[in-house]
Amino acid sequence: MLEVFVFSTLNGLVTGLLLFMLASGLTLIFSMMGVLNFAHASFYMLGAYFAYSISLKLGFWAGLLIAPLLVGAFGALVERYALRRVHAHGHVAELVFTFGLAFLVEEAVQFFWGADTKNYQSPDLLNFPLFTLFGQEFSAYRGFMITISVGIFLALYYMLTRSRIGIIIQAAITHPHTVANLGHNVPLIFMAVFGVGTALAGVAGVIAGPVLTTFPGMAVVLGSIVFVIVVIGGLGSLGGAFVASLMIGLLQSYAIASNLGMPDLLNWLGLEFSRDHPLNDLWTLTLPQIAPVLPFLLLVLVLIFRPTGLAGKREE
Amino acid sequence: MLEVSALNAYYGKSHILRGVEFNVKAGEIVSLLGRNGVGRSTTVKSIIGEVSPQGSIKFKGEEIAGRPSFEIAHRGVGYVPENREVFPTLTVRQNLMLGIKNDQKKPRWTMSEIFEMFPNLAERADVSGGVLSGGEQQMLSMCRTLMGDPDMIMIDEPTEGLAPKVVEQISRLLEEIASRGVAILLVEQKLNVALRISHRLYVMGHGQIVYEGTPATLKLADEIRSEWLEV
Ligand SMILES: Nc1ncnc2c1ncn2[C@@H]1O[C@H](COP(=O)(O)OP(=O)(O)OP(=O)(O)O)[C@@H](O)[C@H]1O
Ligand SMILES: [Mg+2]
Repeated sequence: MLEVFVFSTLNGLVTGLLLFMLASGLTLIFSMMGVLNFAHASFYMLGAYFAYSISLKLGFWAGLLIAPLLVGAFGALVERYALRRVHAHGHVAELVFTFGLAFLVEEAVQFFWGADTKNYQSPDLLNFPLFTLFGQEFSAYRGFMITISVGIFLALYYMLTRSRIGIIIQAAITHPHTVANLGHNVPLIFMAVFGVGTALAGVAGVIAGPVLTTFPGMAVVLGSIVFVIVVIGGLGSLGGAFVASLMIGLLQSYAIASNLGMPDLLNWLGLEFSRDHPLNDLWTLTLPQIAPVLPFLLLVLVLIFRPTGLAGKREE
Repeated sequence: MLEVSALNAYYGKSHILRGVEFNVKAGEIVSLLGRNGVGRSTTVKSIIGEVSPQGSIKFKGEEIAGRPSFEIAHRGVGYVPENREVFPTLTVRQNLMLGIKNDQKKPRWTMSEIFEMFPNLAERADVSGGVLSGGEQQMLSMCRTLMGDPDMIMIDEPTEGLAPKVVEQISRLLEEIASRGVAILLVEQKLNVALRISHRLYVMGHGQIVYEGTPATLKLADEIRSEWLEV
């Protein structure tokens, strides 16, 4: 039991940090634009595919370095030459644009790389068990995923809260006019935030690609969960997004590991059930089967009890 | 230093500024007076580029109308907005840091000088801006703009809603700013403050300049005061 708990906690942590790498960029970009960027997970997917192609020629590590830069540059260009223009036509236009972009990226990925799953591999250097606990192995690659995400977050947190440029970014996101009047180039700052946000999504794609498989549907799979996280955490709140990411990562991981079925739960609650019950299909669902739905269940609960999200503020 | 001519501005369809003309010379304190809603704030917002202007705004001989705000600020125009806009979640020191521009050389004021001038800001350097009193927030907002070392500073109603003692402090700061060669365009409601510190004054009415003079001439112009200023 303990080993299951330890391992699903570690795996949940890996997933949670990965989710936060997407959610942090998405929530920052939301505070800036005022709308959710539906194409955010597409940048994650591009990260994985770019890194895959680069890894074939130059190896995994070159991909880790170059792919996020390419994705970030692409993100910055999208902001500069498309979103900024669309922004003038209001929020609905922006939403429609990001929807369209998500489709476009998915089609482009299928066109250039094909519809099949790519054999994107984690580097040989990290193909060993980091430690063995209760006879179960924890791979070095997962340890690497935790290290790199935590490292990036600490650096970003320090940059955002301590440095002058971080303070300018914080202020520009909420009061762009005031900051512009003090002599700061706010459009450039927004382009940079968009670039860094999408580059982060790119990093997530690079390191998740080998574990969660690299295929054209990967953006959709993760995208919806990341939206849920950003809403649960409270739109625009980095702290809220962090808590929600870890919560969902752990929740899913525990659910999958528990291997409990409805009958077990019902028995545990002291209820009897019979096989010929009309709702038998529902009864025989196991917790791992409903794990993918849990984030949405949590979303509904949060929206019922705390409509602004965990850390969200009520709009005036 | 600043020459505004034929300045028009609109909010949507409503025509707010109707051919505003005035100027500010280097080192001068110039006040823009007028009743509520005549367009004084709109005038300074047009100059900084927050409201899009039509007409001509020349600063140091160069046309700035239609340029982006950050660029106008970089050319040396400072702006302290009417509602102060102190960032409540940032500390006093961080608020001041926001005022520093990139590639700024030898500014007239450094942060330590600002703290020397305002011991109450220094004491609360690491307190968040949101907990300061109205007067302290006004000081902070003005000092934040000074950190960017403007050659001309536009201040929108700095004494609004403040106690006489604080008003006194603010007019001393204004004189200190002018003594370092910074031109001031002051939007004011309190006639006594404007009369005491200004070199020249303009009175606005219905989106136009209706009077230009000095404190001495305005004191004698009873009909101007009763028609455009007194309530
Ligand atoms: N954002 C806005 N949208 C529409 N109308 C506005 C806006 N801001 C100001 N106005 C209108 O423009 C006119 C001039 O406003 P402005 O703020 O320049 O006045 P003011 O002279 O600064 O007076 P005060 O600050 O005492 O209100 C007013 O009639 C005001 O109602
Ligand atoms: Mg005003």
